[in-house]
Amino acid sequence: MATFSSSVTITDPVIKDPKTGRGSGGTRPPVPGGGGDDGGGDDSSNHGERLRRTRLGLIVGLVASTMLFVSFTSVYIMRRGLPTLDDRTGGYVHDWLQVSLPTTLLLINTFLLLLSSLTVELARRQITRQAALAPVRSIPGVSIGKETNFPWLGATVALGLAFLGGQWMAWRELGNRGFYLATSPSSSMIYVLTGAHAIHLAGGLLVLLYAGATALRHKAVEDRRIVVDVTAWYWHFMALVWLYIFALLEFVR
Amino acid sequence: MVAQGAHDDAHGHDAHAIHAHAAPTGFIRKYIFSLDHKVIGLQYYFLALTAVFVGMFLSLLMRIHMIWPTASLPFLGEIKPETYLSLLTMHGTIMVFFVLTTAPQGGFGNYFLPIQIGAPDMAFPVLNMLSFWTTFLAFMVILAAFFVTGGAPLHGWTGYAPLSALPSAGPGEQLGADLWITSIAIFCVASLMGALNFITTVLDLRAKGMTMMRMPLTVWSWFITAILGLLAFGVLLSAGILLLLDRNLGTSFYVPLVVVNGQIMGHKGGSPLLWQHLFWFFGHPEVYIAILPGMGVASQLLSTFSRKPIFGYKAMVYAIMGIGFLGFMVWGHHMFMSGMSPYSAFAFSIMTMAIGVPSAIKTFNWLGTIRGGRVRFQTPMLYAIGFISLFVSGGLSGPFLAQPVLDIPLHDTAFVVAHFHLIMGVAAIFGMFAGTYYWFPKMFGRMMNETWGRIHFFITLAGTYAIFMPMHYLGMAAQPRRYSQFTELAYLQHLIPLNKFITYAAILTISAQFIFVINLFWSMFKGPKASDNPWESTTLEWSTATPPPHDNFGGKTPVVYHGPYEYSVPGAPKDFTMQTDPATVKSH
Repeated sequence: MATFSSSVTITDPVIKDPKTGRGSGGTRPPVPGGGGDDGGGDDSSNHGERLRRTRLGLIVGLVASTMLFVSFTSVYIMRRGLPTLDDRTGGYVHDWLQVSLPTTLLLINTFLLLLSSLTVELARRQITRQAALAPVRSIPGVSIGKETNFPWLGATVALGLAFLGGQWMAWRELGNRGFYLATSPSSSMIYVLTGAHAIHLAGGLLVLLYAGATALRHKAVEDRRIVVDVTAWYWHFMALVWLYIFALLEFVR
Repeated sequence: MVAQGAHDDAHGHDAHAIHAHAAPTGFIRKYIFSLDHKVIGLQYYFLALTAVFVGMFLSLLMRIHMIWPTASLPFLGEIKPETYLSLLTMHGTIMVFFVLTTAPQGGFGNYFLPIQIGAPDMAFPVLNMLSFWTTFLAFMVILAAFFVTGGAPLHGWTGYAPLSALPSAGPGEQLGADLWITSIAIFCVASLMGALNFITTVLDLRAKGMTMMRMPLTVWSWFITAILGLLAFGVLLSAGILLLLDRNLGTSFYVPLVVVNGQIMGHKGGSPLLWQHLFWFFGHPEVYIAILPGMGVASQLLSTFSRKPIFGYKAMVYAIMGIGFLGFMVWGHHMFMSGMSPYSAFAFSIMTMAIGVPSAIKTFNWLGTIRGGRVRFQTPMLYAIGFISLFVSGGLSGPFLAQPVLDIPLHDTAFVVAHFHLIMGVAAIFGMFAGTYYWFPKMFGRMMNETWGRIHFFITLAGTYAIFMPMHYLGMAAQPRRYSQFTELAYLQHLIPLNKFITYAAILTISAQFIFVINLFWSMFKGPKASDNPWESTTLEWSTATPPPHDNFGGKTPVVYHGPYEYSVPGAPKDFTMQTDPATVKSH
């Protein structure tokens, strides 16, 4: 590639092939068509492209999410080590109260979330198989064995709702123990971290419900597969984030 | 969704493999809730154009207040000190977020990034539309702060706590401040969605032959800017959420035990410095978010109008990366006055001055590009050269401020105002002007008026220097920034004539911007018709029709054979080799 005019020399009369690159886009023919999020058609190769692109978009988006939690963590660590001027004595004290977490309840919630991670993975594999078999199934006269149609997606939504309900109970329990949002910076951070995580999960739930709703509207299985696939990876990531938050709250008090 | 399963046979050979969203026909789908990156780019551009006039008007009021503090203005009356603080807060916020972040990246980036890499659209068109409308919502929310009880906030664009965290701290700190923070949070979400789209598009949608090292430097700068945004805006979002909690729900992240008007506030133990760390961890990369696209445009234009390849393409790419990387390690230089450990200050200072290295690489490469070229001094080129001039002038005061020992006397003086206005404000604006004059023919199919373009350029260049150069002297003479009134202070009396000069220069410069706006809109309808490639440029947007069709290349899929800046290649038939030319000359 020309970076400087003096380095350009004439060698070949004709370029046989255009250069192909190391970047993922460079080696492939240009991807025609609209983007990964405005629906598509019925062609399977295009779905492969769209799935890859949507997964890439998810990874990029998760970087942003990670920065949010990294930022909250740095606030957590810094605020924890910060002494406070006490207005009664005039001396410096630490106002980071030890919060007694409802650990049993949180362990149950963790179990529910990990279970939902398992079911969403099964849902992902189920729909991947369905998408792969869809062209075969459409051939007249061809029948392929009975599919197990366990509603893994529905199970995931139920478990996700159960987790959010469990988190709500954990907040109630924290309140019963006297720890509200503004009680101490430690309790503030608990609500902020778990709240931010809950909002992320609720977003994932909405997308799963959307995928289920489109199934009722007989949207192409390949389109639903992209939605379910990406949401499943997102869901796994949010399970990891929860494990991280739980460990932080439990071990860095 | 909108164009599900739509087949556009105009796409050519294999309609089954192509699922571009078809060109919309209704007005609302075409111009309002459009999925077309080009329309969205223009929406961003005109949003920023509106915002820049709001911001400029506010700065005009500020300049008038500074030299005639008791003057009664028509409709507005006398500007009170707290109103002055509102003006500077809103001026800074609107300019930084809704102009410097919106136009170069959201505007030009949206319009030209997909075309320059040979893609039919952005990776996620619906997300792209959402990004714009979320940005629009953020702009409406921040404008609403002017009209609520108490007015707009007083805490400056940096929103330092505890002033920003206590509703009782001043008139604008009530609902106005909540709206301000909410607007910033919405803007963060919009920018994150945009960044996600830009990064995915560059990584996944490049045309055949468009390797990373064949991307125009504009694309590189938008790409790196998107990465900076992706990493920075999440942090600002988290900081804003905590600030809202402090203000409304009684937490104490940022607010220590404070007494306002004899009343002890309910907060305890929070750290104002925590806000500063979080804010500047975002805030410094934000400076590069504003300026990197300008650097990309300047590189593109200097090469095009000098009829020479860009000097040191790879060095330019690595310099952009270096600036982006270092940009995340220097936030502490905004906080030398905060009582940080001298060792930390030393580390931040060294890292900051290290940014001078990639910046100098870029500057010398720009000069190397012009040197020996057959330079065409058309308006876009004038603005690109003006960009370098302002970047250097503004940049040279950077190493002063990067040293704690010099920053301590200069902090919060007009010197700092001069520094950042030159390097990130006006330089970035010059990048936008350069981009506007350069890409206008592609966007609207007509040429802008060259004579008025030049007049606009020379008045704006002279005007901005007349405004901001003297501010360095004001700063060294210890004129503080953000003070609403200093005409009564004895030690600043001798600076009043200089301040008057700056205000006159500001009025002149602002007036000259109407030349630009009239030229812009007049040329849209009455300018001479433009050819497909009026500047004889090489990148992909000049290989398609003017204005580009809905899918950018009219059903054809471009294949790239050349680097982005092959001008005056020996042996080539013309003095420019388009990236798509299957030419007979092989380059190294």
